Amino acid sequence: MTAKRSVTVTVNGEARTGEAEPRMLLSDFLRETLGLTGTHVGCEHGICGACTVHVDGEAARSCLMLAVQADGAEIDTVEGLADGETLHRLQQLFSKHRALQCGFCTPGMLMTALDLVRHRPNLTEAEIRSGMAAVLCRCTGYEGIVHAVAEYASGGER
Amino acid sequence: MTAPSPDGYIGRSVPRREDRRLLLGDGSYVADLVLPGMVHAAFARSQLAHARIVSVDFARAMDEPGAAFALGGAELAGEMPPIGGMQVTAPKGWADRVDHRITLPPQNLMASDRVRYVGEAFAVVCADSRYAAEDAVEAIDAEFEPLAAVVDPEAAASPGAEIVHPDIGTNAVAELYVEKGDVAAAMAAAPHRVRRRFRHHRYAAMPLECRGVAAEYDRRTDSLTVWSSTQVVHWVRKELAFALGMAEEKIRVLAPDVGGGFGGKGHVYPEDLIIPYLARRIGRPVRWVEDRHEHILNAAHSRDNIHDAEIGFDDTGRILAFRDDFIVDSGAYSPVGAGVAYNTTAHLLGPYHVDNFAGGTAVVVTNKTPNAPYRGAGRPEAVQVTERLMDIVADTLGMEPAEVRLRNMIGPERMPYEVGLPYRDGVPMTYDSGDYPASLRRAIEEIGGVEAFRERQDKARAEGRYLGLGLGCYTEGTGVGPFEGATVKVDASGKIVVSTGACPIGQGHETVFAQVTADAWKVPIEDVVVLLADTSTLTMGYGSIASRSTVTSSAAIGDASDKVKAKVLAVAAALLEASEADLELRDGKVAVKGVPEMSVTLREVAAAAAPGWLSRRPEGSEAGLEATSYYEPPTVTWAYASNAAIVEVEPDTGRVLVERYVEVHDAGRLVNPGLADGQVKGGLVQGLGGALYESIEYDEAGQLLTGSFADYLLPTAAETPPIEVVHMETPTPLNPLGVKGLGEGGAIAPPVVIANAVTDALKPFGVEFNTLPIRWQDVRAAFDPAE
Amino acid sequence: MKPPRFDYRAPQGLDEALDLLADSGPDARILAGGQSLVPALNFRLARPSVLIDINGVAELAGIDDQGDRVVIGAMTRQREIEVSEDVARAVPLLHEATRYVAHLPIRTRGTVGGSIANADPAAEDPAVAAALDATMVCRSRRGERRIAAGGFFVDVLTTALEPDEMLVAVEFPRIPSGAGAAFAEISRRDGDFALAGVAAQIALTNGRVTDARIAACGLGPAPLRFRNAEEILLDSACETEAIEAACDAVAASSDPHDDVHASAAYRRQLAAAMARRALNAAHTRAGVAA
Repeated sequence: MTAKRSVTVTVNGEARTGEAEPRMLLSDFLRETLGLTGTHVGCEHGICGACTVHVDGEAARSCLMLAVQADGAEIDTVEGLADGETLHRLQQLFSKHRALQCGFCTPGMLMTALDLVRHRPNLTEAEIRSGMAAVLCRCTGYEGIVHAVAEYASGGER
Repeated sequence: MTAPSPDGYIGRSVPRREDRRLLLGDGSYVADLVLPGMVHAAFARSQLAHARIVSVDFARAMDEPGAAFALGGAELAGEMPPIGGMQVTAPKGWADRVDHRITLPPQNLMASDRVRYVGEAFAVVCADSRYAAEDAVEAIDAEFEPLAAVVDPEAAASPGAEIVHPDIGTNAVAELYVEKGDVAAAMAAAPHRVRRRFRHHRYAAMPLECRGVAAEYDRRTDSLTVWSSTQVVHWVRKELAFALGMAEEKIRVLAPDVGGGFGGKGHVYPEDLIIPYLARRIGRPVRWVEDRHEHILNAAHSRDNIHDAEIGFDDTGRILAFRDDFIVDSGAYSPVGAGVAYNTTAHLLGPYHVDNFAGGTAVVVTNKTPNAPYRGAGRPEAVQVTERLMDIVADTLGMEPAEVRLRNMIGPERMPYEVGLPYRDGVPMTYDSGDYPASLRRAIEEIGGVEAFRERQDKARAEGRYLGLGLGCYTEGTGVGPFEGATVKVDASGKIVVSTGACPIGQGHETVFAQVTADAWKVPIEDVVVLLADTSTLTMGYGSIASRSTVTSSAAIGDASDKVKAKVLAVAAALLEASEADLELRDGKVAVKGVPEMSVTLREVAAAAAPGWLSRRPEGSEAGLEATSYYEPPTVTWAYASNAAIVEVEPDTGRVLVERYVEVHDAGRLVNPGLADGQVKGGLVQGLGGALYESIEYDEAGQLLTGSFADYLLPTAAETPPIEVVHMETPTPLNPLGVKGLGEGGAIAPPVVIANAVTDALKPFGVEFNTLPIRWQDVRAAFDPAE
Repeated sequence: MKPPRFDYRAPQGLDEALDLLADSGPDARILAGGQSLVPALNFRLARPSVLIDINGVAELAGIDDQGDRVVIGAMTRQREIEVSEDVARAVPLLHEATRYVAHLPIRTRGTVGGSIANADPAAEDPAVAAALDATMVCRSRRGERRIAAGGFFVDVLTTALEPDEMLVAVEFPRIPSGAGAAFAEISRRDGDFALAGVAAQIALTNGRVTDARIAACGLGPAPLRFRNAEEILLDSACETEAIEAACDAVAASSDPHDDVHASAAYRRQLAAAMARRALNAAHTRAGVAA
């Protein structure tokens, strides 16, 4: 039962299948098996949030799920946000508000913010700060991130 | 396309070139690299702080499924020398002026006979996956004979202490002393003297991307390609060439996208050498991706000082004498020598004029993770001492802290100001430009004024609420040498291609150097290609450490551009049959001044300058449009800042809430104000983290107690207060653009500013916060002295 | 930081899960939301022989308002609790406490049953269960046991569950009319485990306390219920003296530990501070409700 098994997920709308040992983390399955390296791994114990993806439409830590648990699930990652060459509005706002520097936390920030805005309407700044505390950024000091999410929440498509 | 503004790009918040790929998830970090046939490395790391290695047996490890290769430290020590090149030799001007005794221990790439800190590697395994590599590491049978752990740095330096490096014979591996004036006499004569002990805790850079190295060896050409998450690709190549006995040109070191560094990736680590060695030895590409637990155990820590300081002053608050003796707990090794320790000394005087000063330092080794520069690099420790003392002087005399500072500050009329001490580059320290008192007045004004605050504070106290105002000022030597390189060329397409030794870790270097280059060449910014962090594009480079790249790379780019422009003008003059003096660069063309229709494009000039049968360059001129420059700064240029913050402390919990934080920062002319603002703000939040949340803790046996993100606490968006940064822009005369460095500044002041603010809030209870970090439990205890 | 090897089973029904648990020996672990277990796997601190993943057991999830109590299936996600109007109305203490559980992406996966069965002394859900004396519905192939919270939490990460038993649901009593509930917590950062957290529920009749429930997280090896503090409040009008005496009792009855985040003595001070906040808020809300 430690043998590899086949895992099929719908990633960013596309069905993808790979082999995974039961112990393989979803983050590693996405990155190493499916080659989707936009999802980053910063701590592997659920604190930093860099690996956050959407599982069946809700933000979750991909380092705290086994790949086999995602069999049959719909996964959305940062690679699926843009519409062709056009950046998603939140991506544009991150650039506008200088909400990224090294870019390592950015995928987790984006996926967390999208879920947060959908989860809770009429976010106050304090709620944004608390909600975005789910992801650590070591570069920016968060101001740009909070501003980008606030602008998105105030006028963003939900 | 961004049209070139008549005023150029410098000074504008040009959007970052880097953003698009990073937002799309198209960035490429070391952990994202997949090399055909690659194996994954994992290290066996000591679980003991200090022990003799009795035996290491790989038999069971190699039986693990997927295990491919295993190597112990003793065998590696026979193959590769210890890291030696990082121990910067002292420049003459420094060695002549500073009394010093330095005997730094060499660091073997892996422990061979004894382990000296929890996390030190003693073996490495390669396997088909990181999972399998960790399985194999667990199956290594290693036997250790524990030795007494040296944990307390004061005890470490005392007679009878267990010696961490028996070959050296003492744990005090470096001692430095520098003096100006006559401190003993001035101190004795001073009407008031206070003496305090200050402790600055150990904390760390903690980038979100851990470290990582991947390497591929090509046996056909005997060449190595190495990808490292580093701030110093050329330094890594130099050490590799030495350690492996290879020509530098046979080794290419690249840093792909790097997920933050903050100095923590600013020196060569053992893994930078071990992974390429393994790739060559086993003939397969090797990738090592450090995990977070490893990173906290093994990547350099920083700060960690104990200061005993004394200050003498008169009734008006004028400082007459200042002496500070301090210990730096360097951990088991000292990867960048005594440079950080002296950096502390050099920054103790800050923006103040003091005639009599002495700084004495002992760098002590202990059984902890090595200590190396992290954003601020010795300055936060200095500023903690000086800025706490300013408040203590004020308190002693019943004056406002701002008043004591202004009374001692060096005014703009005294610029350039000679400090009377050497910088670590050996040059006498000279503050080059700025208005220190103006920055402090501005910070106070932005926070709402001292008088208004005192009124609020009194009113709040009457209601049982405790508010405090904290100030903090510093000066910061930036843009340090020894050099930076840049190669500039106009390629056949007419684009300007720039490569320099800067290694970006998130600052936006591609954008900043494109701005600098576009202005130098009067071309649209899209016509500039910037190549960074790749040794194959530049012969000698230094790297992005010590708030230096905008200063040093920009100057090298400017100088190399001047050389290439001279060639361009000569070729264009021949093409246009005009005099060089009548030509100008404009919009990617060379045109006759006043006759814009008489022009040639850079592409045409490049074609004409090319070697070969079709060349149309002037007789006797060299072919090609390319030049390399190595900029050697005369010395550092001094940035500075003043900070002010208001805190409230909760009496029932001791929780410290930062209401507002202001920094007035001057880094000379700003190339990209938006990015500069982001650098300062990001640094400030790291400083606030150090003030209130982040601390590396060890127990008495040298066991690390903070080995996860659940225990090592980075501040989140929720802990971050409103921060305002005001940029003054006093250009420096030391470089053509008038720029100063600003990568580190933000991180320097917050710990002491918060310490001052909390002390101010608790003034009715007479408690001083002279130990960092500020712990809520100590704040809570201040309300309840009986406990 | 990769998990060690383990066998993995994903039963689709409760009986199958209980059979697997019974047959897998003492080193088997149940994988619920995984937000505590997977980090432990990644650090290789947990080394189960078999991981029994119950995420596919649909009958274990759900919120069932039965009037006098609300039955919450063990696999109900904390995120569902957070958005459940039924829970907000009937068990407001659990609803409020849930907002202190880590962060939204953790609550997406984290489950009420997982938190309670894991019995982390700093976790919020066990403290709420202790305060309300919730009933743990435990099943094994041998049958069902109903264990009151008071007898369920034994020690750090230790409960009364037998190795072949699984927590399948938690029954929380509905808040009485005229009662108010409040949860107060202090943690180092937003979303961190509690340094000290106090769950309180107070029922008033004609301004006098007819029922008081106080429990805490972060203040002992298991969630603590403070009967002595509750007795101080009973029949009082929650005047300052009574609340202060109750807070003192909470601090005195706490049994906290030292770690890098806080000393035991400081945690005791926080116990009183959080008790004061929770009791005052609960009293105010009870007044509004009454």
